[in-house]
Amino acid sequence: MKIVLTSTSQDIESTIDPRFGRSAYLLIVDTDTFEYSAESNPGVAATGGAGIMAAQSVARLGVEAVISGDFGPNAFNALRAAGVGMYLYVDCLTVRQAVERFKNGQLEQVEAPTSAGHHGVGNR
Amino acid sequence: MIITIASGKGGTGKTTIAASLALSLAAEQSPPPLFMDCDVEEPNAHLFLHPRLDEQRDVALLIPSVDESKCTHCGKCAEACQYHAIAVLGQKTLVFPQLCHGCGSCTALCPEKAITEIPDRMGVIERGAAIAGISFARGVLDVGEPMAVPVIRQLKKWVMALPGQVVIRDAPPGTSCPVVEAMRGSDFLLLVTEPTPFGLHDLKLAVQVGREMGIPSGVIINRQNGSYPALDEFCFDYQLPVLLRIPFERVIAEGVAQGKTLVEIHPEYADRFLRMFIQIASLL
Repeated sequence: MKIVLTSTSQDIESTIDPRFGRSAYLLIVDTDTFEYSAESNPGVAATGGAGIMAAQSVARLGVEAVISGDFGPNAFNALRAAGVGMYLYVDCLTVRQAVERFKNGQLEQVEAPTSAGHHGVGNR
Repeated sequence: MIITIASGKGGTGKTTIAASLALSLAAEQSPPPLFMDCDVEEPNAHLFLHPRLDEQRDVALLIPSVDESKCTHCGKCAEACQYHAIAVLGQKTLVFPQLCHGCGSCTALCPEKAITEIPDRMGVIERGAAIAGISFARGVLDVGEPMAVPVIRQLKKWVMALPGQVVIRDAPPGTSCPVVEAMRGSDFLLLVTEPTPFGLHDLKLAVQVGREMGIPSGVIINRQNGSYPALDEFCFDYQLPVLLRIPFERVIAEGVAQGKTLVEIHPEYADRFLRMFIQIASLL
């Protein structure tokens, strides 16, 4: 299975990036072989809508799940529309560790936005 | 003539001064001035000028609505949108209304004509007459709406000054887009500051915005209490005329807290505001 994780550098041993929309990199990992590749996240420099930009990138990668530390309302709605499962980094330090925990079913699946959103999100 | 009262820092006395200037001019000029409360996130000039707001109009932004039966998910709309307010995710096209600036690019570029535009209310603009014959108008952004600029823009379009009528715009605090929109089209910026490091820091930002927009500016130092040389040096270095100094006085604070303007607390200020107005006119 191919999944995406938000990371601070392009290496699977790198520390996780807890931000979704503004994470430095998106690491695409094959959970069976641990083969991976990195993509820079276009959301990192967005003036607004970073979560939506990152979600579109994830959707284009055709992965089944994404692991990050926080999914705001826009990112959550976008990823849900794309049919990508969302999981939270819990007690993970490195990307490799997170993949292992994910394989063991130890990561919490996200069923609702995990934060109230940042700029550009109000309450209607 | 359009004079916009801005500050950078919040709470320096913009509205007190704007309302006082309006009342001073109203006593001398025909027609009395037009006052526009452009601080649409938290308008408060009505507390001083007591308008009767008898006309209202909704402000709406035209946001895209996607007909999924026509949409091929080609992604041209998402590519065009610099605000990421429309996104294509697999076989779905999602609209994020609160990021939309209503530019219409997605609608214009959709090859399938699958997008129509629907009005999305974000606030209201109101106008009427205030005390002393002042024409009064203001915008009010709905709670939870993130974008103030369209409300200010609609307010400016809707409210026309009479020939010879001075326009006083009370700008929001800060130096971001809503402030720029309130300043745009002004003849003069009256920047209200206070002699504190915060006041000076934010005044510098406001001055830069004014310079960038090519609008001449002058400074009012409010709550002057002793000397703060850094502020005077800055005004001197940037050739900013200090048009008025208002002392830090308990009686002024008490009066403002009761909803009184400076000219009601100290009637002699009416003359000082009029002289300031003449000085501004001579600078243009």
